[in-house]
Amino acid sequence: MFELLGIPPQALFGQLLLGLINGSFYALLSLGLAVIFGLLNIINFSHGAQYMMGAFVAWMLLTYTGINYWWALLIVPLVVGASGVVIERLMISRLYHLDHLYGLLLTFGLALIIQGLFRNQYGVSGLPYSIPAELSGGTNLGFMFLPNYRGWVIVASVVVCFATWFAIEKTRLGAYLRAATENPTLVGAFGINVPRMITLTYGFGVALAALAGVLAAPIYSVNPNMGADLIIVVFAVVVIGGMGSILGAILTGFGLGIVEGLTRVFYPEGSAVVIFVIMAIVLLVKPAGLFGRTQ
Amino acid sequence: MNFKTLILATATSLLLAGTAMAQTAVKIGVLNDRSGVYADLSGEGSVIAARMAVEDFDAAGKGITVEIVSADHQNKPDVASNIARQWYDQDGVDLIVDVPTSSAAFAVNEITREKNKIFMNSGAGSADLTGAQCSPNTVHWTYDTWALAKGTGTAMVEQGNDKWFFITADYAFGHALERDTMAIVEASGGEVVGTVRHPFPGTDFSSYLLQAQASGAQVIGLANAGGDTVNTIKQASEFGITQAGQALAGLLIFITDIHALGLETAQGLVLTESFYWDLNDETRAWSERFAAENDGKKPTMVHAGVYASVLHYLKAVEATGGKETEALMAEMKSTPTSDPLFGEGMVREDGRKIHDMYLFKVKAPADSTGAWDYYELLATIPADQAFRPIEDGGCAFLAE
Repeated sequence: MFELLGIPPQALFGQLLLGLINGSFYALLSLGLAVIFGLLNIINFSHGAQYMMGAFVAWMLLTYTGINYWWALLIVPLVVGASGVVIERLMISRLYHLDHLYGLLLTFGLALIIQGLFRNQYGVSGLPYSIPAELSGGTNLGFMFLPNYRGWVIVASVVVCFATWFAIEKTRLGAYLRAATENPTLVGAFGINVPRMITLTYGFGVALAALAGVLAAPIYSVNPNMGADLIIVVFAVVVIGGMGSILGAILTGFGLGIVEGLTRVFYPEGSAVVIFVIMAIVLLVKPAGLFGRTQ
Repeated sequence: MNFKTLILATATSLLLAGTAMAQTAVKIGVLNDRSGVYADLSGEGSVIAARMAVEDFDAAGKGITVEIVSADHQNKPDVASNIARQWYDQDGVDLIVDVPTSSAAFAVNEITREKNKIFMNSGAGSADLTGAQCSPNTVHWTYDTWALAKGTGTAMVEQGNDKWFFITADYAFGHALERDTMAIVEASGGEVVGTVRHPFPGTDFSSYLLQAQASGAQVIGLANAGGDTVNTIKQASEFGITQAGQALAGLLIFITDIHALGLETAQGLVLTESFYWDLNDETRAWSERFAAENDGKKPTMVHAGVYASVLHYLKAVEATGGKETEALMAEMKSTPTSDPLFGEGMVREDGRKIHDMYLFKVKAPADSTGAWDYYELLATIPADQAFRPIEDGGCAFLAE
């Protein structure tokens, strides 16, 4: 039996898998950010708060109306996505002619307000949300005990990421979207309602964040600060992958989850900074990111 | 650094106009976490507790004007230092209370000594506050890492769980708790098979739990607090750690953590606290008043400690008739403490507040009569055994 740096291979496989699970969340969140940035040129800093809202709305549905997890997976992205549409129409759409920085400040401010409101109402200790009965328990993989729910998170994340990538890169609708970001006036001249398309895109990006929130609710405590720390990491993921690159966001999300997972084994104290170290190196060597195009 | 200073209670009393009684005005700063992982166990609740102490003492009736201010240190030592300096230098604060997060507490401890003011800590855990870092200006009220280790560590080893693995928050508090518990475990004949230190605050602990599982330990000691502990316990149950026979020892667990976990997940945990709302008639009566002002949430031991320490301070102000630091500290250390929450006790020469500690077990859902009925009392650790003996702390100013 070989050992790698003192870690037996079974333990290593276990840690790789855990990294992949965390990577699923990074991928889902950075995908939403990449879609929004790629098509709207808005750096959506309220993404973390919208992820938190996803978890909270799922908790509210269960607590106040008894609507279960599976319905929440469908309803929550619609509800939170709709709130995104309202925000885009009322506020963000007024900033398109200004510098990126204004959009960043607006969404950052919104994030602070949303988190503050939830904190005031629900405190910071977190609220319990149980794993759905169908996915409770776990499977012994030989090298580790994999909770069924975590397995489901990986599968769900991969499916959603692939579907989004496919829709944007390979379908006619995606082609309209991409064209509209290149030249909105020309696309509008072909009779396509560009502002509505952009609004719906923002709503979709927000819905992805909310979906990640629902997936996270049973694992992490549902807590107003849950998105605040995560969002900084996710931004680093997007920067490393290349701003606006859909595929870059997905692959880097999973990849960095694994890198972080391994750091937790070999040098746990460094696991909070490893992603930022990588970000600094990538920015020095390839400023547009691993999958980004230099414009 | 922008922080909000909220003036929350101004007990300005002009009732005594006409009498010849001396007026003393004191300003108390409640410095704690108002937005992060420790906001529920300290936060606004500590301000409520301080205000209740002022009311119960009837400061206004005794010619003492008390103003309470509060601020959010965000669990960051640099933010805590800035606020403490501003409070002492510009805002005329005489006493800082609470200050959870040991690294922030150390910063306030230093500044208080430098400015010759008074610091009564309730929220922070590191036993070094009355040990290596002790100060003649500091009282450490509610609990410390040594007392927690003594309570929970000893109890776990006595049950035959003597192989330990630690999951430790990577900052001053976690290190102190790990060190003190290790010492207790080893002194009781146990063995430490490994440790892992996680960044503070964290969200995903599964990686560390898997390392703990692979270590073959019987007990996983959680040397962290607040939301970190909640997430670790939740994920331990998810990954089947507890079901597979390893026991969890939550070394610092507050009642708000149990509330967040729910009894289903938390049942059976053994923990050490210095206060529980349901201990006796006095604690129940006080906690009911507290909950009425705190959205129905019961107090943590940190809130209780803020109440009791402010009460003890005000008694000293009354007794000395002023707010001269040396006189107040001498008065607080020479007069036994007495309050409805911790009973009779004393403040030791090194600043350590001495009282009983309690070993609790979290009830099963079936045994609980409702919200906040969470603990079953296993044992009372008498005051003279609960805390580290003064000669073992290595407190430097005592030798001077």
